[in-house]
Amino acid sequence: MTEISWSGTIAQLTELALAILLAPLLTGWVNQCRAWLQNKSGPGLLRPYRLLRKLFGKDAVIAHGASALFRTTPYVLFGCMCMAAAIVPTLGTDLPYAPVADAIALVGILALARAALALAAMDIGTAFGTLGARREMMIGFLAEPALLMVLFTASLLSQTTSLATTVETLSQRDLAIYPSLAFAGVAFTMVSLAENARIPVDNPATHLELTMIHEAMVLEYSGRHLALVEWAASLKLFVYSCIGIALFFPFGIAQGGDAIGLLLALPALVVKLAIGGLLLALIETLSAKMRIFRAPEFLGTAFLLAVLALLIHAFLES
Amino acid sequence: MSVSPLHAALYVAAVWLAIAALGVVAPHSVRWVARVLFPAGALAGLGLASIALVAIAQPPHATVLPLGLPDLPFHLRIDALSAFFLALLGTVAAGVSIFAAGYIRPGAGTAPGVQCLWYHLFLASMALVLLADDAYVFMVTWETMAVSSFFLVTSDHRLPEIRRAGYLYLLVAHIGALAILLCFGVLQGGTGDYTFDAMRASSLAPFWATAAYLLALFGFGAKAGILPLHVWLPEAHPAAPSPVSALMSAVMLKTAIYGLLRVTFDLLHTQVWWWGVTALAIGLLTAVFGVVFSAVQTDMKRLLAYSSIENIGLIVVGFGLSVTFAAYRMDVLAALALTATLYHCLNHAYFKSLLFLATGSVLHATKERALGKLGGLIHRMPWVAWLALVGALAIAGLPPLNGFVSEWLLLQAFLFTPGLPDTYLNMLIPIAAAAIALAAALSGYVMVKFYGVIFLGRPREERLAEAHDAGVWERIGLAWLAVGCVALGVLPVQLVRIIDFVTGALVGQTLAGVTAASHWLFLAPVNPARASYSPLLLLVGIVIVTLLVWLGVRRLYHGRVRRAPAWDCGFPLLTARMQDTAEGFGQPVRQVFEPFFRMERELPAPFDAAPRYRVTVEDHLWYWLYAPIARVVERLTGLVATLQRGRISVYLMYSFATLLVLLLLAR
Repeated sequence: MTEISWSGTIAQLTELALAILLAPLLTGWVNQCRAWLQNKSGPGLLRPYRLLRKLFGKDAVIAHGASALFRTTPYVLFGCMCMAAAIVPTLGTDLPYAPVADAIALVGILALARAALALAAMDIGTAFGTLGARREMMIGFLAEPALLMVLFTASLLSQTTSLATTVETLSQRDLAIYPSLAFAGVAFTMVSLAENARIPVDNPATHLELTMIHEAMVLEYSGRHLALVEWAASLKLFVYSCIGIALFFPFGIAQGGDAIGLLLALPALVVKLAIGGLLLALIETLSAKMRIFRAPEFLGTAFLLAVLALLIHAFLES
Repeated sequence: MSVSPLHAALYVAAVWLAIAALGVVAPHSVRWVARVLFPAGALAGLGLASIALVAIAQPPHATVLPLGLPDLPFHLRIDALSAFFLALLGTVAAGVSIFAAGYIRPGAGTAPGVQCLWYHLFLASMALVLLADDAYVFMVTWETMAVSSFFLVTSDHRLPEIRRAGYLYLLVAHIGALAILLCFGVLQGGTGDYTFDAMRASSLAPFWATAAYLLALFGFGAKAGILPLHVWLPEAHPAAPSPVSALMSAVMLKTAIYGLLRVTFDLLHTQVWWWGVTALAIGLLTAVFGVVFSAVQTDMKRLLAYSSIENIGLIVVGFGLSVTFAAYRMDVLAALALTATLYHCLNHAYFKSLLFLATGSVLHATKERALGKLGGLIHRMPWVAWLALVGALAIAGLPPLNGFVSEWLLLQAFLFTPGLPDTYLNMLIPIAAAAIALAAALSGYVMVKFYGVIFLGRPREERLAEAHDAGVWERIGLAWLAVGCVALGVLPVQLVRIIDFVTGALVGQTLAGVTAASHWLFLAPVNPARASYSPLLLLVGIVIVTLLVWLGVRRLYHGRVRRAPAWDCGFPLLTARMQDTAEGFGQPVRQVFEPFFRMERELPAPFDAAPRYRVTVEDHLWYWLYAPIARVVERLTGLVATLQRGRISVYLMYSFATLLVLLLLAR
């Protein structure tokens, strides 16, 4: 392994802190954009932060039958999402923590977080909790292989599964459209919609329990536990957006430990995230939520597109 | 004088045989059998494992025992491959035996002493299978293994379905053994010398080599449970007592993988690319089939049995990939795929025995195997529940536990395949990788179902409130295996260095040679710039962040907790029956993978006073493959039966006719 540099450590910590602090802002931005697109005035960009502060201040109400698993899960979830955020290059590629986990391990960390939340949802033994866990795991087993195939396409293009090296390779290539990456991009968008509990697969703003997926799992959480779960969900959206940026729009991410590059990377990231959030709000506004058993078709399509991307790479681009 | 590892391993096998014999001394004394003999057997297992770890780094040792038939003495040999599997056997057997010390109690079935006899005979025969160096010893010990495990499976022989399961198991085991016998017959190449040394020395014509390989794949596949020879697994595993299911799933299936590796890489010199592709395809089918069926099971041990089929599928995929790479002389990649295979063998041995033992504890505490009648056991059985959680997360292939490491290695091996010289193979490989990813993701689903329905939620039956936690012996056994899962998960580099001895012997390449520059913390199988993974640092990272967040929340806010009834969106009258049952949890899989199943549903009418919902899910293969074969066999035996007249004069006539024909022929 290479020596750990000071600039790398600073970049790593900045990036992690930035992810943790900016993630609720991204969620707020998406909600605000959606409100605008739907001719509403919207709750304001900072509303997720106010929500977090309110929740942290409240008592945690826990159901009688809850075990220790239920109480530890929000912390573990948050920890997993922080680790995921730490290994996705957002500002620079010189990340000392990046060799710890590559793209496959990233998918593993996200799967760990999902399994932990699903188990916690089953812990109280309510009807909605188990329903949410079952649906979430169904979305998971359909989305996870598709995500892996998307990452494989990028890995085959760049000959590495390390995300930092992938970004370095992909951002140095000339500005041609790779058909495989185009297919992978569509597949990735579909997967991220499903994984982040967005329309058309799930509706983050729903109040109908029977249509819930993610919200049904966290119904029993309250107070600081709910705050952490919400924050982790924001972080997940942030991580997915950053994976998308890293794979498909890596231009602007600083190479190595270049200080000026790092400074320039921040505004680039903010602009890219803002555009991404706007697009997400647009997709959510333009589409309707599907019935739950249409989700396998939706994600099956994503999976096929991702496999197609791999095949196209194997045939046309190698 | 120092004892060679081979002799030391033989002493351990002899100790197991002695323990087996001692069990019959006082067959009904639980104290003698469970508290003395089984712990002694566990110590012997630890001894075997340490011997194997010494032997794995040494050159092969061989010896000839004066036992056996006059012209056929026993040839035995220990090399890196057998040492690796002996280490697996020894460490897992130690955990299972300690658990069994607390598990065995007098019951209606076979007496504890007799169970001890078969159990230790089973262990000793598995050790000897791994040490065998000629076809004769191999077949004798292989059959001993099958027979002793048959008697273990049928411990509760008073139940007809258990007898039926045992019969099916014995039948498939013998069909497989026949194929293995034929395989050795082909391998000796007309020399009549059945020692493995002679087989290594001879070189077969391509046709015969292929025949030997296919026979081995069939024969060992029957033992391992690859499609379509898997039918005995979901029957035999639930029938057997839990420690036996654990041993069979964890170790006995691996002896089949050992045999496959021994024949393919050691006894046959050359590999052909399509051998590997065949194994790869069968393995993929097995893996996806196993996990999909596992997701819809309602009996916890059947669920684990199908999950074993899935894992064997993944192992066979790794094996097939390494054969293909070896055929193209891509040694580094062959070593990578083989490392993934062996690593997964070890991982599966640990987490599957852990989970089978946990189901044993649950079974003893609740007398219940149906998932639909369990629930909420984390409160009543915290030890079992938390240790089983480790196994469940490991088998779901989640970092930083061990299941993820082998999955990671396997996917890395797949990512290198575009280097293969064959374009069509290159095209097929992404599809294979996609199927692996699907199987891995589905196993997460299965494990959430398994763990959530048994241990979480509220008890679905009232009498579960009386469930008790496992005893001390059982806890030690479970903890030993759980620690193994964590250790294998966070220290992959150290383990890969051990596996390197095996890959070095089998494909002539080690990963250490390639990764010499890499760090002990980072698993970087080919090149650190290409891919690296450090589970220990990942674990430390998650733990540190989790603790910091916990402390931070405590410090900045408060730690107040109020207990209240479950919210459940304000719906009153929440009962335990509103939770998902196993059927309910499996419903999405039944819907998404409908063509896989042969389903029978019985749905209630809308205004039924006593509504009844029933669904049975069966295997198509049983009806498409086995039922026709059974019909043909039945018809043939019916034809043979026409010879049987039951009158002595007719039989005398048969003898006379036979004599006449023989005289005519031998003239």
